[in-house]
Amino acid sequence: MQLETLVRELNLKVSCAEGSLKREVKGGYVGDLLSDVMANSKEGDIWITRQVHQNIVAVASLKDIAGIILIQGSEPAHDTAAKANAEGIPILVTDLPAFEIVGLIYKLIKP
Amino acid sequence: MPESLKFEKSFDVEGGSFQNAGNVSGQIKSILKDMGVSTDIVRRVAIVCYESEINIVSYAKKGRITLAVTDEAVKIETKDEGPGIPDIELAMKEGYSTATAAVREMGFGAGMGLANMKKYSDHLIITSEVGVGTCVQMTVMNFQKLLHPDLPPVTL
Repeated sequence: MQLETLVRELNLKVSCAEGSLKREVKGGYVGDLLSDVMANSKEGDIWITRQVHQNIVAVASLKDIAGIILIQGSEPAHDTAAKANAEGIPILVTDLPAFEIVGLIYKLIKP
Repeated sequence: MPESLKFEKSFDVEGGSFQNAGNVSGQIKSILKDMGVSTDIVRRVAIVCYESEINIVSYAKKGRITLAVTDEAVKIETKDEGPGIPDIELAMKEGYSTATAAVREMGFGAGMGLANMKKYSDHLIITSEVGVGTCVQMTVMNFQKLLHPDLPPVTL
């Protein structure tokens, strides 16, 4: 499923890299520990986290992650947004908590 | 230069510079991709390189990461001017960490770094002197090339 479909279906706010929403979402990973995400996420995953600092962009870029969803209305830090726009890593925002957004994503991409 | 060495480059890493953390790993990943190194090897090198870069940023004053590529392997060596590791065996235990609260708040310091470096490399050597620094050598083998020596070598 394309990232832009996920954005539309789940009413996600596009916070960064609006031009990179054609990416294919193949799966997902949830985590706030960067070493965990670094080790266990896969290429094309959508990453759900509450971390908002700029190191999430480096991890997403290194692991070829399709995009990052920040939960509970968290906005990316200023330097995070700048880096994500520069590197074309989409950052999306949901008002929902992780459990609920993951449930909705799971239903959409693994029906 | 050994005959099989295809590429070698060193990168400086500044301690405490979390705004640049991951930049060297990103550059190394791009170099390997451009060289045509297989996706699985690039993925594993990216993980071990990122963990070692984060360790330098989290603990050391400064450090240097050297990438060396041969037909048979990708090697990452890091040398830092940091506090050193008093008990390497203890530090290798998953979950053990001496990271500060500030580092942990960013989602680092969970005690997974060295464990990831061991898991995703084929060979890991850590030497350390307290008060001087730490040297980490990691090798990710290109088993495809070893199993099929007739495969074309990576090209620059």
